[in-house]
Amino acid sequence: MAKEMKLACNVVEQVEAICDKFGNKPNELINILHEAQNMHGYLPEEMQRIIARKLGIPASKVYGVVTFYSFFTMTPKGKHPISVCLGTACYVRGSEKLLEEIKRVLNIEVGQTTPDGKFSLDCLRCVGACGLAPVFTIGDKVYGRLQPKDVKKILEEYND
Amino acid sequence: MKPLNFESLKKLRQKAQATLNVRELSHTAVSEKCCGLETGSDHIQILCCGGTGCKASQSKKIVENLKECVKAHGVADKVDVITTGCFGFCEKGPIVNVIPDNTFYTQVKPEDAEEIIKEHVIGGRRVERLLYVDPKTEHTVSDSKHMDFYRKQMRIALRNCGFIDPENINEYIARDGYAGLADVIKNQTPEQVIETVTKSGLRGRGGAGFPAGKKWEHGRAVHAEHKYVVCNADEGDPGAFMDRSIMEGDPHSVLEAMAICGYAIGANHGLIYIRAEYPLAVSRLRVAIKQANELGLLGNNILGSDFSFDIDIRYGAGAFVCGEATALVHSMEGKRGEPRMKPPHLTDHGYMGYPTNVNNVETLANVPIIITKGADWFASIGTEKSKGTKVFALAGKINNVGLIEVPMGTTLREIIYEIGGGVKDGKKFKAVQTGGPSGGCLTEKHLDIPIDYESLEAAGSMMGSGGMIVMDEDDCMVSVAKFYLDFTVNESCGKCTPCRIGNKRLLEILTRITEGKGTPQDLETLKRLSEVIKETSLCGLGQSSPNPVLSTLNNFYDEYVEHVKNHKCRAKQCKALLTYAVRPDKCKGCGACKRGCPADAIIGDVRKPHVIDPSKCIRCGMCKSHCRFDAIQVF
Repeated sequence: MAKEMKLACNVVEQVEAICDKFGNKPNELINILHEAQNMHGYLPEEMQRIIARKLGIPASKVYGVVTFYSFFTMTPKGKHPISVCLGTACYVRGSEKLLEEIKRVLNIEVGQTTPDGKFSLDCLRCVGACGLAPVFTIGDKVYGRLQPKDVKKILEEYND
Repeated sequence: MKPLNFESLKKLRQKAQATLNVRELSHTAVSEKCCGLETGSDHIQILCCGGTGCKASQSKKIVENLKECVKAHGVADKVDVITTGCFGFCEKGPIVNVIPDNTFYTQVKPEDAEEIIKEHVIGGRRVERLLYVDPKTEHTVSDSKHMDFYRKQMRIALRNCGFIDPENINEYIARDGYAGLADVIKNQTPEQVIETVTKSGLRGRGGAGFPAGKKWEHGRAVHAEHKYVVCNADEGDPGAFMDRSIMEGDPHSVLEAMAICGYAIGANHGLIYIRAEYPLAVSRLRVAIKQANELGLLGNNILGSDFSFDIDIRYGAGAFVCGEATALVHSMEGKRGEPRMKPPHLTDHGYMGYPTNVNNVETLANVPIIITKGADWFASIGTEKSKGTKVFALAGKINNVGLIEVPMGTTLREIIYEIGGGVKDGKKFKAVQTGGPSGGCLTEKHLDIPIDYESLEAAGSMMGSGGMIVMDEDDCMVSVAKFYLDFTVNESCGKCTPCRIGNKRLLEILTRITEGKGTPQDLETLKRLSEVIKETSLCGLGQSSPNPVLSTLNNFYDEYVEHVKNHKCRAKQCKALLTYAVRPDKCKGCGACKRGCPADAIIGDVRKPHVIDPSKCIRCGMCKSHCRFDAIQVF
């Protein structure tokens, strides 16, 4: 794990409070990680160490769980997280081309964030809006029935 | 709220049924008359879909607008606006359904609310432009009963979806909700309950099709201090959303079934393992659990009896392998979701070491109605070995994308051409994929086999959890196999070697073929390696992951050969095998392609035919999507 910035005191307190809320039980680890990520946006190494200490388990165990599940992330997301649906319904209706175009326009790869911190790019499996396929989401907003040429225009909506 | 007992539950049901009666009638009555407040109706209910798909198209805003309009027109006391679960017809969403005349408005926008209220609800005149148009007759159809999409369906697991307000327990109770639970606690022994489920022929809807009654019987036979009932709601198949829709549209049916299962096997704790990607389903379940607890339908001493049962929620965190029951249990214990060898079976050694019965959402949703309507009724539906109905998420290149439920034994042709309305844009049907990453692709020649567990497996696919993706002539079957393999490689937990390394090799070979670097030898290797992975993997994921490869190899062998020998992709999907060129006869020299080309590969003067430089072309297809004259040729 790479060395990271120190967490602010209040963040440390909040993470400890989350662990306490779940009785510091190791079998609640996934629930704790969900809440911690909800609060902080991502799960940096230091936070994982705090959780490990509170639950009395090795940090490697926490790291193992964080990296196993795709929902957990160790890098901060952009201000507007983009998720391209790669469910089968979207795939057969052309979501791969959509993804290529977003990568090209933003010049980032899946899992990365733009240098200005504005957009991050991820893939997910099925938003459940198969009737609108292909779709991607920016934050909570779902964009559907798209073609690659629509990408640029949509991203420009976020020029603030 | 006061906890209910057997008597007061009955009374509450009678009271609740009074308000739901109009809705029941509208689904059976044949009247075509449009009803409005000024044309003789004294009460109108407006149902609006609040499922994830429709919410993505602003259905929440539609509900808000409808409510505001109702208030603005001073008819709030005569009109109810109700958010329901998924109607299933996602292609035409958002759906607004007006009761009592069962008018079905499609693709409604928030700004249509005013017109629906003023014209229909008050004036009694249908808003024609929002009605569904039958593509065959080109006539509008106002009543969903007369739509091809619904006519062949039989909704058992989805019986309440799109019909009741999932956040109002009274509406569930009115539909005989919790009547099954009350009946088993009051009148039946656990053995009788298990016998009913066994006799009904209900099999696991998660994919494998294990008889539910047999599983419960095993759960009952084990003696332990604690036992657990787990609902597997980790629906991970890409493109499948059956379980989510049930939890969003009818959460109580799952809770009631879990309690019935608890009574049958002697468990007092229930856990729902649900994907964190389903926030709406989670919140609906939470509301439902709270309401059921308040009414004494869950918790200690249910309905005043000595049976207690509580339900809690556990979150998944995005790992497909956790749909496998042993991996799921590990994940619930806060560990990495890796599967383990069986035996011991979970019914002997499961969550925290206690006996655990794991059933899938759709399986459970069938249970309450089996109890109230009887095993014989359920067993009368379906085929000899597969009883009841199956829910499918019909998607891909099909006209009517949506959630459907059909009796077992329905043919693929009926589903695709009658319910689904055929292939989109008049293209030619190529394949239908069932069973998600564990299933296979079936072709034209399989369209008339009746769907059940055995027949789909015999044809080289599987029932799976119910994803059904239709593909047309533009889909490359090698790429489809690669798509699924890419998914499996990502989701393999890495514990056993055949799955971790074998699938990776399969993916590499497939990638090579789609890049035009494949050899005939590769096709042999694909087949041999697939069989080894199937036979030697530890869990269901690895044992089924080569299915998409094997089924496409079996059914579309000539397409593989074309890729390998002729370096051609007939569906024009494999980029490396394509050539882009400008047709001089059609090119107007407008320059749109040139401006759209990210690789500066297009040259040409204004108003003169352009040319693509093949050495610079990256085959992204941007020129084709920018050209307004259809002058870009791909071969």
